[in-house]
Amino acid sequence: MAASTQEIPSVMKQGRVVPWLYLLPALVVMVTFIVYPGLNTFYLSFLNDSGNAPATQTCVSGQPCWGIFENYRYALTAPIMRQAFLNNLLWIILMVSWTVLLGLLIATLADRVPYESVAKAVIFLPMAISFVGAGVIWKFVYDYSTGPTQIGLLNAIFTALGGRPVTWLTQWPLNTIMLIVVGVWIWTGFCMTILAASLKNVPTEVIEAGRVDGASEWQVFANITIPTIMPTLIVVITTMIINVLKVFDIVYVMTGGNFGTEVIANRLYGEMYSRFNAGRAAAIAVLLIAVIIPVMVINIRRFREQEASR
Amino acid sequence: MRAAKFRQWLGGLPIHVILILVCLVWLLPTLGLLVTSFRPSQVVTQTGWWTVFSQANVSGAYARLCAECHGTDGKEIPTADLSSPEIVGQFRRSISLLAVVRQDINGQPHMGDNPIPTTQEAADILNFMRSLTGTSATQRFTLDNYIDAMVGYRGTTTYRNDCAAGTQPPDLSCVWWRDLGNPRGMGRAFMNSLAVSIPATILPILFAAFAAYAFAWTHFPGRFGLFALLVGLQVVPIQMTLIPISRLYAQLGLNGTFLGIWLFHTGFGLPYAIFLMRNFLGSLPRELFESSYLDGASHWTAFWRLALPLSIPAIASLGIFQFLWIWNDLLVALVFLGGQHPVLTYQIANMVTSLGSGWHLLTAAAFISMALPLLVFFAFQRYFVRGLLAGAVKG
Repeated sequence: MAASTQEIPSVMKQGRVVPWLYLLPALVVMVTFIVYPGLNTFYLSFLNDSGNAPATQTCVSGQPCWGIFENYRYALTAPIMRQAFLNNLLWIILMVSWTVLLGLLIATLADRVPYESVAKAVIFLPMAISFVGAGVIWKFVYDYSTGPTQIGLLNAIFTALGGRPVTWLTQWPLNTIMLIVVGVWIWTGFCMTILAASLKNVPTEVIEAGRVDGASEWQVFANITIPTIMPTLIVVITTMIINVLKVFDIVYVMTGGNFGTEVIANRLYGEMYSRFNAGRAAAIAVLLIAVIIPVMVINIRRFREQEASR
Repeated sequence: MRAAKFRQWLGGLPIHVILILVCLVWLLPTLGLLVTSFRPSQVVTQTGWWTVFSQANVSGAYARLCAECHGTDGKEIPTADLSSPEIVGQFRRSISLLAVVRQDINGQPHMGDNPIPTTQEAADILNFMRSLTGTSATQRFTLDNYIDAMVGYRGTTTYRNDCAAGTQPPDLSCVWWRDLGNPRGMGRAFMNSLAVSIPATILPILFAAFAAYAFAWTHFPGRFGLFALLVGLQVVPIQMTLIPISRLYAQLGLNGTFLGIWLFHTGFGLPYAIFLMRNFLGSLPRELFESSYLDGASHWTAFWRLALPLSIPAIASLGIFQFLWIWNDLLVALVFLGGQHPVLTYQIANMVTSLGSGWHLLTAAAFISMALPLLVFFAFQRYFVRGLLAGAVKG
């Protein structure tokens, strides 16, 4: 934030009200649409389904009850929520590692070929289209037919190799993994682009010096390249974790959260707009932000440091 | 020397192989969608999309089992001319073809000494017969899926067929410009997506430019603290605000209105937009502003004549990022617009659940929604990537 230290020319210090007039539209909209609802969600998470009585009243006698935290009991212990947390964990572990590793691999390899920009554009392309569009594309790839011909690419390959066609989207955990593949297909280009920019910043003299000293390509990569791009790597990983925690569209379009593919964000939508339980939905939202904020803080801090050092 | 060069080339070979393989894997699913969206609906569920590239393979089963009697051109038996569209048109599915070849002809098995084709072979044979009818040139690829998707046609043939035959499909008038307004069609959804995205891109950028100008070039107490606070609002995820806002909109009657969704997207676009715009405006040379003030300019003229025109590069990156973000959004459209003004993503998500295997319509619809983002991507790749990277930490 080097620019913020810049002095304002004294001739420009006209009026006390003027600056606030410029800020007014943005301030009004942001308070209405971010600050107020953010705080209100906290409040709602302690109320019942329609937000007119404390959550304590939704307790059923004879069953465990957390009083005012009743919605949180549901959000933390209900079987469907446990499934959602488990799946989100699976999403984080698999998707973050695959996107980062693949992104790093492609960025490293593309750096050495003449058609670098074409290859990168191909990998980045899915970032431009919607998750819904990606969902349709992959649902078609995963298509399963009871008839003789498989029109889904994956089952066609499978049957051509002598296997039996598989219903990719109905058995857990296979279906969640198949959904994660879609996520990887979308987000790898993003990781690749950021990592490629930082790979280009690794000083060539250091790499050359390593090679002269007899280090193998792999040693150079592990001991020079990786430590140099570490800050960027952390930004990419944390950004991906946040993206994965909020994943909604892919699941909503491809399975609707059925067959054990439920995730937190889809559950939140379901609680609010199909079961109309505002209290539970709010509690899930609070849990979501409670998980996101620490990751976000690391992320923004790293990001700013990087910007400053540039 | 040559050997060294060859070794170098050989050493680089694995890189090329891996990279090209990965790129192919990345392209194949989208290619499948694109090809399928241009195939006639009867064929889509009968054969995989990749068969359009391998006509020779399709004729294989025919050549083996049928060509002996029917001839390679299908015309050998005049009473069963396999190149006639009427005869081939009777077989809508390979099952019906199988039923015929199982029957006896004049007391002799239809297939003679040849085995009854398997279901896969029957499908291949039927495909080959379709190509023999000569209509294959027009039958192999068609625009009908796009037309049907645009007007929201849900009948059993195609919009053009029904209209030509005079059997008007329900709730369609066969007047093309009127049918494009059909609420179930992608044409209407496309307009709705534009109606959502354009104002929801302009508004936050304009508001952000105002605020960024105040932060960069005016003086007021607490401006650094307030800036940090506003930018910090990026951490609030969208899911956190949906519930109170939809309750608020229900009271104000803003649910299902364009105004409601514009304002919501504006609120969420602002933190990042202010951050980007302020950093850009703040980096402009201060002498520029100083001299314009000495020449008697006010904040108002300095903003419109100086700050805004100079920040076009930042606005371009920001605009493309925000536009595509909204165009591709499902969640916010689902919650605040729903079926009242269905946008593209909403319409497709609906088709996935209601159509089941209507792949010919679904693929066309998906491609209609992807056309504009792909165009933007190829035309402004640099701005797009830049905007996306700067927005990496957006909430």
